[in-house]
Amino acid sequence: MTSIFSLSIVQSALELGFIYSLVALALFISFSILNIADLSTDGCFTLGCAVGAMVTMAGHPVLALFAAMLAGICSGYVTAFLQTKMGVESILAGIIVNTGLYTINIAVMGFASNVNLFGCDTLFSMAKESIGGEWYKLLIVAIIVVVIGLILAYFLNTRLGLSIRATGDNADMVRASSINPGFTITVGLCVSNSLTALSGGILAQYQKSCDINLGTGMVTIALASLIIGETLIGKGSVIRRLLGVVIGSCLYRFIVALALRLNIPAECLKLVSAIIVAVAIAFPYLQKKAAALKQRRCS
Amino acid sequence: MLEISHISKTFNPDTVNEKKALTDVSLTLASGDFVTIVGSNGAGKSTLFNAITGSFIVDQGKIILDHEDITYQKEYIRSHFIGHLFQDPLKGTAPHMTIEENLALAYLRAGRNYKFFSTVSQAEKKTFREKLALLEMGLEDRMKQPVGLLSGGQRQVLTLLMATMVTPKILLLDEHTAALDPETAEKVLSLTKSIIEENQITCLMVTHNMKQALELGNRTLMMDAGNIVLDVSGEERTHMTIDGLLEQFRIQAGKRLDNDRILLSV
Repeated sequence: MTSIFSLSIVQSALELGFIYSLVALALFISFSILNIADLSTDGCFTLGCAVGAMVTMAGHPVLALFAAMLAGICSGYVTAFLQTKMGVESILAGIIVNTGLYTINIAVMGFASNVNLFGCDTLFSMAKESIGGEWYKLLIVAIIVVVIGLILAYFLNTRLGLSIRATGDNADMVRASSINPGFTITVGLCVSNSLTALSGGILAQYQKSCDINLGTGMVTIALASLIIGETLIGKGSVIRRLLGVVIGSCLYRFIVALALRLNIPAECLKLVSAIIVAVAIAFPYLQKKAAALKQRRCS
Repeated sequence: MLEISHISKTFNPDTVNEKKALTDVSLTLASGDFVTIVGSNGAGKSTLFNAITGSFIVDQGKIILDHEDITYQKEYIRSHFIGHLFQDPLKGTAPHMTIEENLALAYLRAGRNYKFFSTVSQAEKKTFREKLALLEMGLEDRMKQPVGLLSGGQRQVLTLLMATMVTPKILLLDEHTAALDPETAEKVLSLTKSIIEENQITCLMVTHNMKQALELGNRTLMMDAGNIVLDVSGEERTHMTIDGLLEQFRIQAGKRLDNDRILLSV
């Protein structure tokens, strides 16, 4: 193990794993819980990154994270508005918002396709001064993810959280109970997109730059993490599932690190993620088909 | 308690598929009434329920529940105080959430004084357990299991408990035992009876079993072609037989009852 992974590779895989796990948590809410494939994720991630970068550049690295989340909430609200009030199909709503966000993201960055934060104070440079050592970056992102995870675990067991979960679980039940699906979908998407954008905002400070194409394929990568987590940790209580998502995200980063270590070109990684997601989603279906085929042969 | 006056509903008006589902239906229920409804296929029983729950707005008429005009109230607002069980036992519970979470949801959403971020306390979880234990189905030891693992009968009982945990102003049972095996159906029915009696719930129940219709509750309605054609209660009902009911139906509706399931179960 040590020959393949040096300590610094493990460290950066964990750091990135924690940062991107927020997107996986976002998709946990929209995809696993609400049963909506939110395709605005790519654009929303870049939005969070761009807003985070600009506010950091203005000298407010902590405020930048909240600004990124707020931007994400707005983006999620537009997606939800389109599908609950305007009758736009949920997938199409995501694609429309995603397309629109490209222009908005460029505009946020002052009509440039990338910005650099070199020389600016970031969360991480501040932590380096106050904490020091080797692990301060990991500590910062881990604290953020743990706090977000605990808040989510609590939220998903409140009246509102339970209603959101029921909305994606049984549409018939929701219709007969006092849950307004339009409202729960809106809240769910706002929460989910705020996490996506927060992840982007942290990444901007982590890599001290933001690029307009940063978010491309983010939805697939996050889904891959989500599926890895759900397959390995399985379903169960909310805490367990949230933990699974974070672990899945870290594992995904280890797979990426391994691939890079084996000199697989970085450009191939998106194809690898796409294959992981396609196989993982198709697997239960194929399993069922195989069982039916076996039964037919036996009879 | 419930006052329905002259409601009508036509689906797909002015098309070849026009269907007059309800025509000038009026019905008044007193508090604590337990009314059974029988009727032929397509008589408007479920449509009547859907009008009360608000899954559509009626074309004409008024619906008043507990002195409140709910005719134009949105479905999710009315369902705060209306319990509704369907024939399909899978419709009333969320399969990927645990028994405890389903109960918590029912409890929190029915109580009016709960805010968005309220959660259930340990003490409340304990009362869930006690209520489940009363059902004698062993569900109290499976609180942390997802509801999807339960049988249809168990899910229907859970739905019943969820609908009545906070006493609703009115409970609508739409053939809620029809999809269950006879033994389970019997059990669910006796539980239904005891819960309704204990909490004095005003209840409307659709059934295809004529014997049940006469035995349960204090009043029986028969529906046909979007109308209530027969309404028996009190002394008259005590002496009513199944044959008598069918004969009355023939006289009132001007035709014989054509619900296969009813006739087969007589």
